[in-house]
Amino acid sequence: MPVKILYFAWVREKIGKAEEILDLPANVTTVAELMVWLKGRGPEYAEAFAQGDVIRVALDRNHVKSTAPLSGAREIAFFPPVTGG
Amino acid sequence: MTVRVEREDFDVGAEVARLTVGRSDIGAIVTFSGTVRGGSGADAITAMTLEHYPGMTEAELARVEAEAGKRWPLKASLIVHRIGTLKPGENIVLVVTASAHRQAAFAAAEFLMDYLKTRAPFWKKEMRADGQARWVAARECDREAAGRWEEISPPR
Repeated sequence: MPVKILYFAWVREKIGKAEEILDLPANVTTVAELMVWLKGRGPEYAEAFAQGDVIRVALDRNHVKSTAPLSGAREIAFFPPVTGG
Repeated sequence: MTVRVEREDFDVGAEVARLTVGRSDIGAIVTFSGTVRGGSGADAITAMTLEHYPGMTEAELARVEAEAGKRWPLKASLIVHRIGTLKPGENIVLVVTASAHRQAAFAAAEFLMDYLKTRAPFWKKEMRADGQARWVAARECDREAAGRWEEISPPR
């Protein structure tokens, strides 16, 4: 099942793209596993996710913790802690 | 209950007038507006660019606003957040809360700002006077400010 992955702010800058459509392997079932898998896609991903505990995640536009299961989410976003207001 | 994300500037007076026109059930209106700080010395900035997550931003602001509506007896509320490149002194964010009595409006406005700062997917990038661009880091005190509402029960 193809999933849309979005990157924002410095995560986007480090990876060099704002979004991509990826087919995830069946053994990637949680946010944390997805981050490990993405790290293996290239040095730019490895650098973006080097401090994985800093990066925040949203599944289908809802904040989740990195332990969350992907649960068939169609849109997954990675970004730094928010700084609006 | 309204949420807007836009590039254009807002007029606080016009927004309040639009929110309260024809309403005689409102007795208290609180407005908060946030503006771009220019900083000084080594921290001086020439501009600030706001990026956001279209779709999630609106959804998250609506969730925050709905939560405020559950906690306090609000008659009306409005959140406007600007995106794009802004200069020091320009408006960034507007929160308006209206209720029958002032306590609910004051508390709800503070709650909305605290939650917005820790939940709404916006990111600020500063352009510094020396030409360097820098992503603004999240502040621990903002997390703590939002966290204290977990223990405060709504003053109904």
